[in-house]
Amino acid sequence: MQTEPKIKKILPLLILVSPLVLGWLALFIGAYGIEPFDILSYLFDAIFNPVALDSGEKAILFDIRLPRIILAGLVGIALGGSGVALQGIFRNPLVDPFILGVSAGAAFGCALSVGFFPHLPVQIAAFVFGILSVLLTFTIARTQGEVSRLPLILSGVIISAFFTALVSIVKFLVDPQKLQSIVFWLMGSFALAGWRTVGIAAVGIALGLIPIILMRWRLNVMSMGEEEAKTLGIRVTRERIIFIAASTLMVSVAVSVSGIIGWVGLMAPHLVRMMTGPDHRSLVPLSMAGGAAFMIFADTVARSLTNIDIPVGIITAVIGAPFFIYLMKQGGSESWGR
Amino acid sequence: MLNIEKLYFNHSSGTSRRNGQEDILKGVSFKIPAGRMTTVLGPNGSGKTTLFKCISGLWHPYEGTIFSGGRDVTKLPAALRARLIAVVPQEHDPPFPYTVADIVLMGRASHVALFSAPSQTDIQAADCAMEQIGISHLRRRPYTKISGGERQLVLIARALAQETPILILDEPTSHLDFRNQILILSKVRDIVRQNGLTILMTLHDPNLAMQFSDHVVMIAEGTVLAQGLPAEVLTPENLRLMYGLDVSVIHHNGINIICPEAAL
Repeated sequence: MQTEPKIKKILPLLILVSPLVLGWLALFIGAYGIEPFDILSYLFDAIFNPVALDSGEKAILFDIRLPRIILAGLVGIALGGSGVALQGIFRNPLVDPFILGVSAGAAFGCALSVGFFPHLPVQIAAFVFGILSVLLTFTIARTQGEVSRLPLILSGVIISAFFTALVSIVKFLVDPQKLQSIVFWLMGSFALAGWRTVGIAAVGIALGLIPIILMRWRLNVMSMGEEEAKTLGIRVTRERIIFIAASTLMVSVAVSVSGIIGWVGLMAPHLVRMMTGPDHRSLVPLSMAGGAAFMIFADTVARSLTNIDIPVGIITAVIGAPFFIYLMKQGGSESWGR
Repeated sequence: MLNIEKLYFNHSSGTSRRNGQEDILKGVSFKIPAGRMTTVLGPNGSGKTTLFKCISGLWHPYEGTIFSGGRDVTKLPAALRARLIAVVPQEHDPPFPYTVADIVLMGRASHVALFSAPSQTDIQAADCAMEQIGISHLRRRPYTKISGGERQLVLIARALAQETPILILDEPTSHLDFRNQILILSKVRDIVRQNGLTILMTLHDPNLAMQFSDHVVMIAEGTVLAQGLPAEVLTPENLRLMYGLDVSVIHHNGINIICPEAAL
C-alpha cells in the first residue's frame, strides 16, 4: 500500500516517454538487420558523428524508418486523442473513431478524392465525410437529450457499413490502376511514409490536438451527461461541436495518410484509464502518448514479423477485437445498459 | 429571491396545446423567500419535475417568467445561470470512476474559461466545500465506490463549490435510508443558516417537509394548491385534496406528525 503513491507518480511519466523509447528501439528493428550490439555505436554516431554512418544504412534509418516511425506516432496521437475525446463527450467507454463510423466516412472522402476528384485535397474530403458520418451516428442514437451506449454503437455500425459500401462503389467504378492503391491504403499501412506525409500529418493533427488539450478538463464535466453539464454552466452543444470537429480533423488526417486503422482509439484511453485514473486532465495527454506508443509497437510488428510488410490495421484489429470483448465482458450489464 | 410567475409548459413547447398535448404546468406562480428552505410537495405526475427542469433552464416554458434579482432566469445563458442557481441531481452512476475531489471540482465549470483548466482558486473552493460538508476524508475515493448517502453529500458539496446564492435539490432523499434522509436534510439546513443560501427542493414525505422547511408549496395537476408556513399548508384538508387520502396531524412535543388514518 505504501509504495502505491510512488508508482502512481512514476506511471504517467513512463507513459509519456514510452513512444520516444519505443520509437528509438524501432529504428533498429526491421528487414535490414542491424546487430543489437552495434545499436549503441549507431546511437552515438547518429547523434555526434552522422558522417561515420555508411550511406545505405543512413538512408534506411533516416529516410525510411524514421519518417515511418514518426508518422506512426503522429497517427497514434490522433487516434488516442480522438478516442478519449469521443469517449468523454458521448460518455461511453466503448467507442472510438472507428466504431462511430468516422474512419469509414473519412475513408470514403479519401477514396472519392483519389478516384474521381484528384484536385480536391484528400484531407478536406476526408474531414467533410468524417464529420458527416459522426453527426449521422449521433443524430440516430440521440433520444430525449441523452445518448445511450448500445444505440450509439449500433448506429455507428450502421453508418460504418453505409460508408464502407460507398467505398466499394468507388472501388468498383474507379480504373484498375487507382484501385490497387486504394485497396492497399484502405487496409491501413505506413509503408508509403515519407517526410512530406509526416509534414502534412503533423500540421493537421496539431490543429485538432490543440483545442482538445486546452479544453480537456471540460470532458470531465461533459461526461456527466448533457443535462448535468448544462446546469453546471457548460454550453453543451457548442463545446460538443468543437470536440467533434477537432477529433474528426485528427482522424481524417490520420486516415488520409495511413488508411483505416481501428481499435487504437479504443484501447489507448482504456489502458491509460486503468493505470492512472479517469481525470481527463491527465488522461487526454497520456492517451495520446499511449496511442503513439501502441501504434509504433504495432507498426514495428507489422513490418518485422514476416518477410512481407503486413498492413498495420490487421495487427491492431487482431489485438483490438479480443480486447473489446474483454471490456464488454468485464463491464457486464453496465457496458450494455445506459 | 426567485419569483416564479404564471409558468406554462407543455412538451410540444412553443405554443399552447399544440398537437392536443395538455399543459403540464398551468400557470404556476409562487415566490421563494431568500435565505430559507422552500419545499415543493406534490404527487407523482403533478408537474414537480417539469417545474424543476424549467427553473434549471433545461426545459423552456412557453409562457411565464422566473425572475431573480431583476433578471429572467429562463433567458440567461448557461454559464451565467450556473453562477446563480446550482442544481443537485439525484445520486447517479457516472460512466467513469472519477474521484470525489474530481466530481466536486466540476462545480467550478462556470468559473473556468473555455480554454483553461481549474486554477488554484477553483481547487481551494472545492476543498472548502468538501470541508464544509464533512467529506474531505472521501476526496481520493472513487465516486462509484461510495454509498448512496455519501454520493448525495458529494453532489451537495459540488453545488456549494459552484458558489451560487440559490441551490435546488431534486428529491435529495429519494434513494436514501431513514438515517441518511435525516442526515442530508440536516446538513442542508445547517448550510442554509451558515451561508445564507436560498434552497428549493422537492420531497415526497410530508413529514420531512414539515420538519425541514420554512416554506411549503403544494402542487397538484400543474397548479399551486397552497403555499405558506409548513404548519399552515400541511393540513389534513390540503393533504386529502392532494393525495386523496385521509390523514390526521398529531401534535407531539411541539412537532406536527402527519399520519394516514387507515390503510386504503
